[in-house]
Amino acid sequence: MIITVASGKGGTGKTLVSTSLALSLGKDAVFLDCDVEEPNGYIFLKPDITENIKIYLPQPGVDIEKCNFCGKCASACLFNAIAVIKPETGKRNGNVLFFHEMCQSCGACVLVCPQKAIYEKRSEKGEVEKGVTKNGVSFVQGRLKPSEAKSVPLVKAVKKHVNVNKINIIDSSPGTSCPVVQTVKDSDFCLLVTEPTPFGLNDLRLAVEMTRVLAVPVGVVINRFDIGDNSVQEYCLKENLPVLLSIPFKKDIAVAYSKGIPLIESFPEYRKIFKKLFKDISDIIVQGKK
Amino acid sequence: MKKILVISGKGGTGKTFLTASLSYLASDKKIIVDCDVDAANLYLLLHPDIKRSEVFEWGYEAVINQDKCIRCGKCLAICRFEAIKTVHKDDNRGIDRITVDPFSCEGCGVCKYGCPVGAVDLRKKESGKWFISDTKYGPFVFAKLGIAAENSGKLVSKIKQEAYTLAEKELAEYIIIDGPPGIGCPVIASMSGVDLALVVTEPTLSGISDMKRVMEVAEHFQVETKVVVNKYDINLETTEEIRRICYAKGIEVLGQLPFSEKVVQSIVKQVPFTEFSNGSIAKDIAKIWEKIK
Repeated sequence: MIITVASGKGGTGKTLVSTSLALSLGKDAVFLDCDVEEPNGYIFLKPDITENIKIYLPQPGVDIEKCNFCGKCASACLFNAIAVIKPETGKRNGNVLFFHEMCQSCGACVLVCPQKAIYEKRSEKGEVEKGVTKNGVSFVQGRLKPSEAKSVPLVKAVKKHVNVNKINIIDSSPGTSCPVVQTVKDSDFCLLVTEPTPFGLNDLRLAVEMTRVLAVPVGVVINRFDIGDNSVQEYCLKENLPVLLSIPFKKDIAVAYSKGIPLIESFPEYRKIFKKLFKDISDIIVQGKK
Repeated sequence: MKKILVISGKGGTGKTFLTASLSYLASDKKIIVDCDVDAANLYLLLHPDIKRSEVFEWGYEAVINQDKCIRCGKCLAICRFEAIKTVHKDDNRGIDRITVDPFSCEGCGVCKYGCPVGAVDLRKKESGKWFISDTKYGPFVFAKLGIAAENSGKLVSKIKQEAYTLAEKELAEYIIIDGPPGIGCPVIASMSGVDLALVVTEPTLSGISDMKRVMEVAEHFQVETKVVVNKYDINLETTEEIRRICYAKGIEVLGQLPFSEKVVQSIVKQVPFTEFSNGSIAKDIAKIWEKIK
């Protein structure tokens, strides 16, 4: 089973919810941090990291001796990542420039080069770390190397560690575009965490539309439900979205969060609430499959 | 012309609240931009009157022409994005057809280049809309990414370019940009060429972790960085820690703002905070603006 915690808007409490949900399940759970740009689950779960896997992508380069400056690689590259400078007549002063920040490592240039002049070398894009928490939750996180632009390959690398025999809790990055689509895709359920403000509502709407495109069932968590307005509740009612949990604003919750203490540890009464949340999600998944 | 980008790494630290507040305080000659095209919120505070609306398209997706396809599977072997899927026949005897998963397809064209019978077509895939608008705070450029679209930074770069053109025409003194969360493509596209990255952080361990990573990106692209600590009173020790980190890196902390339900109220009322209130927090934001401008 795969349950992904996403949000649209950032800072609504995805990690607060996903870490406590995973901890409430103990050794039955795998926590996968797919917010590879800004992974924070580790702060709350404090896992012992036992494995570090570097993630590399192929990066093209040219053997200029073999190149005849035909320009086929540049025309084939749909990401505009290659420029071919033709040599002056009778000279060999041409060059091929690669703009690595645009390159998607697709291999098109290698495929179309008639001279076999383009080679690929490995370039490090980030890492996947694996470990286990004190109470037995398996832990996986991806970390994009800062200044690297593309997070989707890292998200994919993290999701390779989904364990089909366990309950997989995935923490997503905010937003609704490619890294989030890649994270939510193939989930059995998506829990959307929001807040009752115009920002929270706007971004919840976008996130709901995204889950509909991906055909993933959703439930909503409203965090800090008692500050703000009622528009999120009204929207959920109108759209028939189940609100599975409402968390009040409490300074003590914010303070515990700031110190990296999981909600179910600072407020033990939440252990039961998160167990119920998991049961409600399981029921919805089972009903959907009937 | 000074280009100021408000970023954070972590989401929900108060980027949009601060951008709107600064936009209200800045002199008349400015352009306001929302580069968070994925979950754009600034328009909710600025109430734009849209003057120009354009569709922007980029990127491709592969589509297999089933009449031409000979089911050889070459595309399956050369696609690096696991986007080519095979559908087996009902009786499990061989491949019925080969299709493309649009959510995995990066639109690189490799399958088209490698197909021996020319059965792959590329069609335009990603789209978004961008807008130039008037607001009572000044001209405002923003965009909306299509649902579940790719955010490679192309739409971000497009609206930044439009904003720069407008700024030159209007002889603007400032371009104030609301940035996206994270550190990936959209952030890098937002950051290129700005004069100042204003990092809004919060005194939580997550806030610190994310601030450090976005600072690394700014350092890599050699963009000057300054910091505002929002909700500083949630954890005073952690606020001190942020100040220590910034001091060690030689980064100026421009100010700190307390947590206040008034800020939430201003968002519910959809008014920039410095317009909504003239209390102590608004005065603190005015002091921050004095240090930036």
